Amino acid sequence: MAATDSAQPTLVIEGLTTRFSTRGGTVTPVDGVSLSIQPGQILGLVGESGSGKSLTGYSIMGLIDAPGRIESGSIRLNGRELFGLPADDMRKIRGNRIAMIFQDPMMTLNPVLRIDTQMMEAVLAHQKVSRDAARAMCRDALERVGIASPDERLLSYPHQFSGGMRQRVAIAIALLNKPDLIICDEPTTALDVTIQGQILYEMQKLCAETGAALIWITHDLSVIAGLADTVSVMYAGKIVESGTAKQVLEQPRHPYSHALIASAPSRNPRGQPLRQIPGMTPSLIRLPSGCAFRERCDRVSDVCRQAPSVQTGDGRTLRCFHPVGAEYPEVRP
Amino acid sequence: MIAFIVRRVLQSVFVLLIMSLLVFVGIYAIGNPVDILINPEATQSERAATIVAFGLDKPMWVQYGLFLQSAVAGDLGRSFAYSTPALTLIAQRLPATLELAVVAMLVSILLGVPLGLWAGLRRDGFAGRTIMSLSILGFSLPTFWVGLMLIMLFSVNLGWLPSSGRGQTVEWLGIPLSFLTLDGLKHLVLPALNLSLFNIALVIRLTHSGTQEAMLQDYVKFARAKGLASRRIIGVHVLKNILIPIVTVIALQFGALIAFAIVTESIFAWPGIGKLIIDSIRVLDRPVVVAYLLLTVTLFIVINLIVDVLYSVLDPRVRLSDARG
Amino acid sequence: MTEAPAVTPTDIETPFRRFLRSYLASKVAVFGLVLLALVLFAAIAGPFLAPQNPYDLKVLDVMDSRLAPGGVSGDGKMTFLLGSDEQGRDMVSAILYGIRTSVLVGVVSTAIALVIGLSLGLWAAYLGGRFDGFVMRLVDIQLSFPPILIALILLALTGPGLGKIIVALVAVKWAYYARSARSIALVERRKEYIEAATCLGLSINRIIFKHLLPNCLTPLLAVTALQVASAITLEATLSFLGLGLPPTEPSLGLLISNGSQYLMSGKYWISVFPGVALLVVVVAINLVADQLRDVLNPRLQTQ
Repeated sequence: MAATDSAQPTLVIEGLTTRFSTRGGTVTPVDGVSLSIQPGQILGLVGESGSGKSLTGYSIMGLIDAPGRIESGSIRLNGRELFGLPADDMRKIRGNRIAMIFQDPMMTLNPVLRIDTQMMEAVLAHQKVSRDAARAMCRDALERVGIASPDERLLSYPHQFSGGMRQRVAIAIALLNKPDLIICDEPTTALDVTIQGQILYEMQKLCAETGAALIWITHDLSVIAGLADTVSVMYAGKIVESGTAKQVLEQPRHPYSHALIASAPSRNPRGQPLRQIPGMTPSLIRLPSGCAFRERCDRVSDVCRQAPSVQTGDGRTLRCFHPVGAEYPEVRP
Repeated sequence: MIAFIVRRVLQSVFVLLIMSLLVFVGIYAIGNPVDILINPEATQSERAATIVAFGLDKPMWVQYGLFLQSAVAGDLGRSFAYSTPALTLIAQRLPATLELAVVAMLVSILLGVPLGLWAGLRRDGFAGRTIMSLSILGFSLPTFWVGLMLIMLFSVNLGWLPSSGRGQTVEWLGIPLSFLTLDGLKHLVLPALNLSLFNIALVIRLTHSGTQEAMLQDYVKFARAKGLASRRIIGVHVLKNILIPIVTVIALQFGALIAFAIVTESIFAWPGIGKLIIDSIRVLDRPVVVAYLLLTVTLFIVINLIVDVLYSVLDPRVRLSDARG
Repeated sequence: MTEAPAVTPTDIETPFRRFLRSYLASKVAVFGLVLLALVLFAAIAGPFLAPQNPYDLKVLDVMDSRLAPGGVSGDGKMTFLLGSDEQGRDMVSAILYGIRTSVLVGVVSTAIALVIGLSLGLWAAYLGGRFDGFVMRLVDIQLSFPPILIALILLALTGPGLGKIIVALVAVKWAYYARSARSIALVERRKEYIEAATCLGLSINRIIFKHLLPNCLTPLLAVTALQVASAITLEATLSFLGLGLPPTEPSLGLLISNGSQYLMSGKYWISVFPGVALLVVVVAINLVADQLRDVLNPRLQTQ
């Protein structure tokens, strides 16, 4: 769980910006995002829907299609720059050095192809091994994620599995080529709570075993709490706060993170009205100038009409003029 | 699965019986074939003799009963015009029509699927839009007019291809086939093209919309995330998903092809059952018409049955719905 | 494939305006609309536009027959812009009258088939049970046979005639509407507004026709337009085969058929021009219907 102090972080993103040209105008769902992860570390990327967290994941994978494009920024995987890489080189990295797991396992597995076909092709696309060797690897991968009678399972079709098992298959596929980084886009949202717990446990174990870094994208704070080493909170395309899990979850500084954590029902004393964040997530077409959260914030002042810059300190980053917490004085622009 | 097949077969037999009744009654009402077949100057007794010979004097339900009796024995009556058993007549001409229909079906798949795939993948490109516009043309052009235009262009103006008839045939397993000879092929090209035009357009549009929808699916996203080459994603993942409904539609269209052959055969004077039925309707050759209709009905029912079974075989979700993980 | 993030539009657009905008976005569709307008104009105003009434025997002079396009009549009073046929009829006039008949047959037969099929489909969906089973059995049987065959048989039985061909076309097409209407209605029927109407104690027919029907019409619109084109083509084919309209009220199909015998001898205009006219009519309808279908299809609306 502890971040190993190794020579080089697995992933460093600086100023990643992705734009989409839509009918209503240009939107920037990923706006100057920066983060970094060490090998074996788990980063929780938290935000509501529309905050840009999934698109950040896709941008790292290079899966942004027209009308969107990655405008600028740097994405370095083990020191190698991915931004601007030719399509074919990027393809060799996808599924190989970086793997992704999606939310709905029924839809991500092709219903008319057998499991072994879909697993073996992931191996054969990146490694020069015989089909038998590939099949053996798939078999082992299934065992590792806790699927019994793997030989039988390899010959079945996705619809013959339950939701939890399908997601395990997706995880197995992600691990086949021993990637350095795994991006998980809300992989447990579509599953029962009990299965969720199992999957979380598996992922933690596998990360520790393989040394892969993990980005876990979710809107569910309770999932992050037990799982992540570091947390980044996204709002309207920007990272508004980041730090270690303990720092962000126990002492959130940004009003948004603070409100998010305070509004979790489990934290509420019984009988008290639930706390909410007033207003709605802003439409990306009509973002307020300056701080995007200012229309919903109860600490807002005139200075918030300008965009707050990133302050770092104490191993955390923050974008706010009026951080929460007495020992933090108000920051000048 | 077996129960399903048995049930469908029984249903089909029932439908066949109903259709045979409808057909028989309907044809009975057409008119009096006697007036057409018999020389108007024939004497009364000659007329009466003919009427008896053809069994036209008996009440309708008796005629139907006799008809059913002999039908089961394989005799569907003798043609009024040709004096040969109707079934034999049809059997003689069936291979020509089947050859035409099969070739047309193959052409529509071999041309339609790649074109539709291309159009579906390059939707906004020039090629994609052109293909789709041309496919609308393929739908809209009436088969008979296309046939006439083809004849005018390739036979009259250019003189490359013959305008009518079937070419040389070669026997294969006792069935005369013409595509095995060069002369036969030359005669086959225009009619087959004519017949397949509508289907080509249909397949293009089906493939196009299927591809479009498939590309939006999550499994394509996942396949890309796995780092698979585009060729594999399209050739395996997408294609296998869209082929199932396409094959089903094409198989069902086979019946329509046989029916539409009527038009093509008329224009190109192709000696198949289509031309036979038109001629027979005109001269009210009742047994032939009845035999043709019954044969076609049987054919359609069989095709529908095969397609139902085929669908459950091709789609693993249907086939294995009883085996649960 | 990565979807654009959801954005709220800056101004409120009525559904009709949005539909209009989506429809007009395609140049091809606009072209089709223009073409269709021309066709309808020709169909309605035909007799007034035609230089000659081709079915008024007093006007025809057989000495003017088979003139090439641009030829002039014997008495010098008429220029046959598109030539004349074997009886001295002006092709332009014949085509205008032909368009009229073809469009009339197509629209009328589709309208009647729609009314019958729609009603049966809606009733079947609403009432369910044995009525539904019976109707669907009928529909399934009919739909498994190609339309041309059914029409062929019917016309062989009844003989040619305008009314009879309309009846034949209706008999062929109703099943398609019945099935489409039923599947749409089955989905709509489960919705709460129908439940509410039932609770209010409204009569079945009122529920079906005032509440269920309007919600089922939109998806059917594009299909119906395509079916008009298909009906016109089918009628043309049947007339061509000699089983459709009688020579006194020819449609484009019959004109083509008449002219086909002269193709070999080079007098192409008697057959080709009516053919082109038929093509224009059908293509126009298909272009419009195609765009209608794309625009009205909720699944393809990604923006």
